[in-house]
Amino acid sequence: MLKVKDLHARINGKEILKGINLEVRPGEVHAIMGPNGSGKSTLSMVLAGNPAYEVTGGEAEFYGKDLLAMAPEVRSHEGLFLGFQYPVEIPGVSMVNFMRAAVNARREYLGQPPMSATDFLKLMREKRAVVELDTKLASRSVNEGFSGGEKKRNEIFQMAVLEPRLSILDETDSGLDIDALRIVAEGVNKLKTDRNATIVITHYQRLLDYIKPDFVHILYKGRIVETGGPELALELEEKGYDWIKAREDEKEKHDPDKKQL
Amino acid sequence: MSAIHQYLDLYESNRELIDSKSAPLLNALRPKAAEALQTMRLPTRGSEDYELTDLEKMLAPDFGVNIARVPLPVDPARTFRCDVPHMSTTLFMLVNDKCAETDTTRRGLPDGVLAGSLRDIAASHPDVLAPYFGHIAPLSNPVVALNSLLAQDGFVLYVPRGVRIEKTIQLVDILSHEAPLMAVRRLLIIMEADSAATLLVCDHTQNAGVQLFNLQTVEVFAGAGARLDIYDLEESSTATSRLSAMYIKQEQNSNVLIDSITLYNGSTRNEYHCKLDGRGAHLRLLGMGIEDDTRHLDTYSRIEHNVPDCTTDELFKYVVDDEATGAFTGRIYVAKGASGTEAYQSNRNLVGSDTARMHSKPQLEIYNDDVKCSHGTAIGQLDPMQVFYMRTRGLSEAKARLLLKQAFMADVLDGIREESLRDRLRHLVERRFAGDTTPCTSCGAEGCKF
Repeated sequence: MLKVKDLHARINGKEILKGINLEVRPGEVHAIMGPNGSGKSTLSMVLAGNPAYEVTGGEAEFYGKDLLAMAPEVRSHEGLFLGFQYPVEIPGVSMVNFMRAAVNARREYLGQPPMSATDFLKLMREKRAVVELDTKLASRSVNEGFSGGEKKRNEIFQMAVLEPRLSILDETDSGLDIDALRIVAEGVNKLKTDRNATIVITHYQRLLDYIKPDFVHILYKGRIVETGGPELALELEEKGYDWIKAREDEKEKHDPDKKQL
Repeated sequence: MSAIHQYLDLYESNRELIDSKSAPLLNALRPKAAEALQTMRLPTRGSEDYELTDLEKMLAPDFGVNIARVPLPVDPARTFRCDVPHMSTTLFMLVNDKCAETDTTRRGLPDGVLAGSLRDIAASHPDVLAPYFGHIAPLSNPVVALNSLLAQDGFVLYVPRGVRIEKTIQLVDILSHEAPLMAVRRLLIIMEADSAATLLVCDHTQNAGVQLFNLQTVEVFAGAGARLDIYDLEESSTATSRLSAMYIKQEQNSNVLIDSITLYNGSTRNEYHCKLDGRGAHLRLLGMGIEDDTRHLDTYSRIEHNVPDCTTDELFKYVVDDEATGAFTGRIYVAKGASGTEAYQSNRNLVGSDTARMHSKPQLEIYNDDVKCSHGTAIGQLDPMQVFYMRTRGLSEAKARLLLKQAFMADVLDGIREESLRDRLRHLVERRFAGDTTPCTSCGAEGCKF
């Protein structure tokens, strides 16, 4: 469903992604791991279409369509979802209104009439149950005054409502207590089918105790430097990132053109 | 030659006619107003406290003033018929500057309450109005002086001691004429001790495109323990000018809420002068301006804490787009001896285009220790991260920006104490931002926003 080829991107003139290659197929769970500052969040922002980032090279196809040419909202309509590392607070916009606008925007894109009030409330109830989201939170402003765990849970709630084909969850384990981690992971697992896929972006292996990846990629200095199965995550947990850093830095030293690859 | 002279000439050459169509209480003020105006120079753009409004220029055109009080044909239903539907109010109307009787006039109001035409009530109850009329708004203000010179009618609300009016009183003001016209409106609100009322004032314009002018002075007295809410709503056309000076005097433990809401306008200057003269008085002054096209809104407020233990909570918010301009000047003055004052002032603004302009001047002037005061201002754009977040959930950029603008005004709307009114006004604001000016399908009345 997703094919990323040699993707380069920068922000504020600084190149962060230096040639990403990645392919994701339906039913798969990918974990992208890497030390801080390796470009993990940039990759998620670029795939979701944050206009602050500039794509300087490469391509990304989503179900055969040029993902990079789509506006962020079109990517959403086409089935891409980004769970934010830092979910944004939007004071004054209630969760209910926000989700209604989101659901109906998608329906409009698909040429369907707006959802009726009763159907919408039913949908909210159903999806709230998936992540055990407090009813009170749903009636509050988007993420405003939510704890770290509640914000993450709210991301999964939105994912449940929008039923994306591909979810990119950015460091969803940061700021999560153990219980919330379980609920988020359970939510992700419950929503998993053989037709959708998930990319989990994380620094720690902890989340992967709950969400089992099929592939683990290590991102370092804007490139995927290692790809393996679940055992790679365990290796990282055990040995840390230093061996990867040392290996890659050594390569770079001997091959000054590596950056351009 | 100053624009003042055309109004002085009008007065000098028509004194008898003007007086004959008004009431002695109003007439008694005119010579004093004329005297004040003789030596007055109108503030121009850039004058202290008139950052962006040039009174000389605003008043220069030759507006007609209906001093002979000829009936001007107006179909009120065209403007207001269902503007605030599903809300039961006691309705009064000012058509230009004449108070029109309506079916609901006085109906259901408690005994002793006086409400309606200033001219009529000044004639029938001069003793009730005399202690207040012309004593709260000073003639040193050119807007007040001009208004006092020419005002022949307007609206009065008098609520006697201890009387609490539950139902909202709504005053619908309509500006309407085929040729340029100035309406000279005078409002007087007298709340005796421990009384309570809610007043919704809606300014509308018909004949969009014709230059119409609302020259208004409002005097408000809130007696000890009185509770008063005033919602000052403008929905006029781009060709409309409005100069409004509201003066409020508050006694001990009175509680006043003023909410200034400018949804549609042309060129507007609203002044709010509040004197907290009784211990424990509380004022909440809220305002919002939604400015686009070439509209102009200038708010000036001066709040005086003259005695101890009074509180002020002031918040103004603007959204300025296109080539519109906004200005806010707010001063909170704390007199010597006003210990225990708590006064907070905030002005927050969103500027949405390179050509829009916002000017903000928050001021505190404090002559006493032992006070809690703050002021702040911010001018900025919508947070791109909020817009992006919403877009990743499928909202178009336009829809995201719309929701964020509506949300920006939420705390001003939340300050509205009456629930049904809050819902209605929220709806109006949402529609305003959505650019939805189509008449409602239920009545099709021009200007109707539902």
